Amino acid sequence: MTDAVLRVIHAGPLVTIQDLGRAGLMRFGVPASGAMDRFSHGAALAALGLDRDAPAVEVSMGGLSLECRSGTVSFALCGGDFTFDHDGTRLPSWTVRTLHAGQTLRVQPGRSGNWATLAFAGALDTACWLGHAATHSTSGLGGGPLTAGQILHVKDAHSTPEREGEIATSEALIHPQQRLDVPVVIGPQEAQFTAAARHTFETETFRVSPAFDRMGLRLEGPLLDLEDALSIPSEPAMRGSIQVAGDGVATVLMADHQTTGGYPKIATVPLAWTDLLAQARPGTRIKFKPVTPAGAIASTKQIESQRRDALAQISIPRGTFAQRLMRANLISGVTAGIDELT
Amino acid sequence: MTQNDTAKLPAFRPVGDRALLLTYSDTTSHDVSDAIVAADRCICAAAPKGLCEVIPALVNLLVVFDPLETDHDQIEADLRTLLSGMTAVTNSGTLRAVDVCFDPAVAPDLAAVAAARGMTEEAFRTAFLAGTFTVRMYGFAPGYAYMSGVPEAIQVPRKPAAVRDVPAGSVIFAGNQCLVTTLTMPTGWSIIGHSPTQILSSRSERPFLLDVGDRVEFHQIGAASLAVAKEARHD
Repeated sequence: MTDAVLRVIHAGPLVTIQDLGRAGLMRFGVPASGAMDRFSHGAALAALGLDRDAPAVEVSMGGLSLECRSGTVSFALCGGDFTFDHDGTRLPSWTVRTLHAGQTLRVQPGRSGNWATLAFAGALDTACWLGHAATHSTSGLGGGPLTAGQILHVKDAHSTPEREGEIATSEALIHPQQRLDVPVVIGPQEAQFTAAARHTFETETFRVSPAFDRMGLRLEGPLLDLEDALSIPSEPAMRGSIQVAGDGVATVLMADHQTTGGYPKIATVPLAWTDLLAQARPGTRIKFKPVTPAGAIASTKQIESQRRDALAQISIPRGTFAQRLMRANLISGVTAGIDELT
Repeated sequence: MTQNDTAKLPAFRPVGDRALLLTYSDTTSHDVSDAIVAADRCICAAAPKGLCEVIPALVNLLVVFDPLETDHDQIEADLRTLLSGMTAVTNSGTLRAVDVCFDPAVAPDLAAVAAARGMTEEAFRTAFLAGTFTVRMYGFAPGYAYMSGVPEAIQVPRKPAAVRDVPAGSVIFAGNQCLVTTLTMPTGWSIIGHSPTQILSSRSERPFLLDVGDRVEFHQIGAASLAVAKEARHD
């Protein structure tokens, strides 16, 4: 195995190196960062038989173009409904292919989803900060944003013909519907809001606005009035906190959120749901459904269990094309036999 | 903090599927901050089952747990037991030294804030250096350690508009709060000096110099020392 050398031809804004994030440092002002859609990140790595926390490229709506300068390396693209052009062949995300020297790869957003993970079979050589490659977008610390002209090295690059082809997964885990019913635990600062605002939050429909980045997702919809203009002392916040600024606009905090802040939080989204919210295109309708804390944990356990099963399936090699062809022939041979008997 | 205060438990609020917010008060004070520091240390040291991390802030602390290992009721019960049994502690946070250079080239607002408080720049510097600061919270950006303790005589409010691209290492303050910036960021606070002390170092065993509860003394250095110290930094 040798290294593969890739050159970035074009990288849109917010195309960064990510892993599953550096948890445990919020007390020092450091959010976990990591993939906006952690399931898709894990799936791209699992599809190549790699550690799900390994670094990969997170592609934004701005897209990414690469050329392979030398080496041969398989790659997996997972997340939403992105598409990619691999040396003239256009395919959807949730696919494994192999990139050869001289070939180009162009990743673009498709019909749904805001983020996709592009993983390579090998070890992506990237800067680390505090033990992780995850990029904190506002500081650039970590693996960092990708820029045109940059060279990426994939150490121990290899091809995985037994893993090539479509990655089977469940629609429910990856495609947000046109309308999302999102469970929330009310609070912790709901007392800062008027009774009318609390009623509005629980009954009205909100929409994802075009103003989203790795820090948060602004929502469109009815404004949520605060009880008084006084600001609260800065309090801890987390990924999934729904904070409301003085203008009454709600924002769901995401991977690169500030760890403390003075805006009251009306409710909190269970962590697993933030991955689905991250993929919701602007205009997606969102209805918040208050649940008990125990109900939120039940929802998390159900999603985590589905994801574990899906990732276990994705990590199993499907066999080379020749092996798959042989299996198909055997099966059709058997059914042909049955036909003859009846 | 007195012995009596230790019996007072915070209010517990569930946050999402994986956290509890422990609130000691609606308003900030030294006693509230000391109670939070004590609770933070107690919880981190005992590490109840499923604990992921604790984020101390000004009037409360967030306890994050793994919902696959415990739940809100269980960890609340664990924390109540822990905090009820906590012995009285005064804030014995480590005393840390942070260097500051007041050279006009790196202290663009010093003359203006001294004038606003009707004192000479020399008197302002002396008053600032006499302050005892306490780290109360991190926030805004990685390594931004908010310290309280700016002496009343030199306090000024934040500026009406933020200034962009303030270099990392700037010593900034507003009201009774002060911090040393670790990234190039906008700020509406007054820039009164520059510190080569590494609050955040990616290479060291202990990447963050300050923990919440630590006390900080500033020591004045000259422009030449600042240049030497900056050269020796490991970012």
